[in-house]
Amino acid sequence: MTAERPLLEIRNLTKHFRVGGGLFGGTAGVVRAVDGVSFVIRRGETLGLVGESGCGKTTTGRCILRLERPTSGAILFEGRDLATLNDEELRAVRRRMQVIFQDPYSSLNPRMTVGQIIAEPLAVHRIVSDPAKRGARVRELLGHVGLLPQHARRYPHQLSGGQRQRVGIARALAMEPTLIVCDEPVSALDVSIQAQIINLLEDLQREFGLTYLFVAHDLSVVRHISDRVAVMYLGKIVELADRKALYDEPLHPYTRALLSAVPIPDPELEARREHIVLGGEVPSPLNPPSGCVFHPRCPIAIDRCRAVIPELREVKPGHWAACILA
Amino acid sequence: MGALLEVESLTTEFVTRGGVVRAVDGVSWDVKEGETVALVGESGCGKSVSALSVMRLVAGPEGRIVAGRVVFKGRDLLALSDEEMRRIRGREITMIFQEPMTSLNPVLSIGRQLTEGLEIHLAMTPRAARRRAAELLTTVGIPDPERRLAQYPHQFSGGMRQRMMIAMALACDPSLILADEPTTALDVTIQAQILELMKDLSRRLGVAMLIITHNLGVVARYADRVNVMYAGRIVERATARELYANPRHPYTLGLLHSVPRLDEPRRARLAPIEGQPPDLTRLPAGCAFAPRCAFSVERCARERPGLVPVGAGGHVSACWEATRLGRAPAMR
Repeated sequence: MTAERPLLEIRNLTKHFRVGGGLFGGTAGVVRAVDGVSFVIRRGETLGLVGESGCGKTTTGRCILRLERPTSGAILFEGRDLATLNDEELRAVRRRMQVIFQDPYSSLNPRMTVGQIIAEPLAVHRIVSDPAKRGARVRELLGHVGLLPQHARRYPHQLSGGQRQRVGIARALAMEPTLIVCDEPVSALDVSIQAQIINLLEDLQREFGLTYLFVAHDLSVVRHISDRVAVMYLGKIVELADRKALYDEPLHPYTRALLSAVPIPDPELEARREHIVLGGEVPSPLNPPSGCVFHPRCPIAIDRCRAVIPELREVKPGHWAACILA
Repeated sequence: MGALLEVESLTTEFVTRGGVVRAVDGVSWDVKEGETVALVGESGCGKSVSALSVMRLVAGPEGRIVAGRVVFKGRDLLALSDEEMRRIRGREITMIFQEPMTSLNPVLSIGRQLTEGLEIHLAMTPRAARRRAAELLTTVGIPDPERRLAQYPHQFSGGMRQRMMIAMALACDPSLILADEPTTALDVTIQAQILELMKDLSRRLGVAMLIITHNLGVVARYADRVNVMYAGRIVERATARELYANPRHPYTLGLLHSVPRLDEPRRARLAPIEGQPPDLTRLPAGCAFAPRCAFSVERCARERPGLVPVGAGGHVSACWEATRLGRAPAMR
């Protein structure tokens, strides 16, 4: 780990949701959506956060953005704990943390033109107060994301999915952020368009020195874009390492199973390849298994896995895994 | 093996506010007995409408099959009466959809949804149908079938619902299953389970399958032959091995190169297909892919290429420059 202070530091983050007991109210239980997650994001890097639905990756991102209030734990942005900031300070910090959502259609106001959508945050946050200059800034932002000035007059429904995602990116860029949480930014797009958006995100990162938290379930895409990768399962990080170490020498049996489950577009290779097919399904986070939460599906679990909660420990330099057998 | 299903010059149109859209534009393909064939392409390419047309489930009055033949076991399905078609649909040809929750009836028990088809199509008694339903759940790997039959779809997880859809599709011993993005809504470890199950069932029961997907990895894992669709037409067809080893249409090539692959060294930069997906109400006169194509020549804008043989095992491609592509080194 370098001596430089990380841009973002998450310490023991938990987010629990109470779930109602049906018709008569009351609390049936607590969903531990995020359960003791810690990691840092260094300035200028991309941290990939992968896992299957319900693993807590999106909730983690939403806690960082303060779209959810964490149950416990600390989130430090440039060394300052977000929980200790007053409203005004928080507003200033949030401006520098932006988000790109999965579905650009439902995250863009259908009654506003593209120009209005991008200009709104500029006006609200008084980044560009002069309306005439705002127009110029909107055109500049459109250029950054590969759209044309005339796109400013269009409405979201007149654009293709890829173009809409570009608008979502331009809106995030308008705030001149340092950190962007990309929540499944390409999974709703067609295959031929995904690569365009990934290349754009990489170009913008280089040009503006952006830091990304890249939340996704597609392991091939995450490998391409990330410097480091964290794998989540049932609210916990089970493995965290540099991209190369994680993909070349995965230490956690869940990571290995995930990688083996990704179909590769090559029939000859697929025929030869050994597939680890996990039995069962992800257990309910309402009632997680004892010990290691992965043990009921784990192909190498031993008796002790049922009793011992594995710590996320540094098995090799910079390579962390939460498995007693790693 | 003979052709089980032969689709000939199928054309399906939709009336939209923007004009008439030819979602499927004179396509021909076939599925042989016991074979797994893939229709691959991106949203709007016509792959799902192709399957719905085979089942005669295109929603009117906007949608209409305007031309072509769908020959199943020697009979043109498009010429059958509604009553005759009902005896084939759900019995001899069945369908699996992407989103199992929306295609299951939420207020009917799992058992009832399975037995309904058995009682109607195979005239089974309720008791025999119930026995068969329990067997089917076991076949698709759902444990404790007796208890499960009494439950409702919301009590099933996404993976279990898709297993249930497969059980329904298998119920009447069909000879062909049309699976429309059967694993797209599922997590990757569950996707692996379902794909293994489908592969195993098609092998064991000898049922032919048409799989519709945008995922080239899924196709590679279990299709025998592949049809690649773009803007309502088939642009390339080959055996799966031939298609991946020797793609001969720029769109196929582009799709294969635009996705990052876990088995290859990480590339510095992805090679996307430039431009936007086609607007079906305003297709160009020539090749629909020409505006996005890195290999296009002047002729491509004027004349639409037809499918011509380009390689072994019935490999065909609709590209004027297919021979040049064959000589081009791999663009990795």
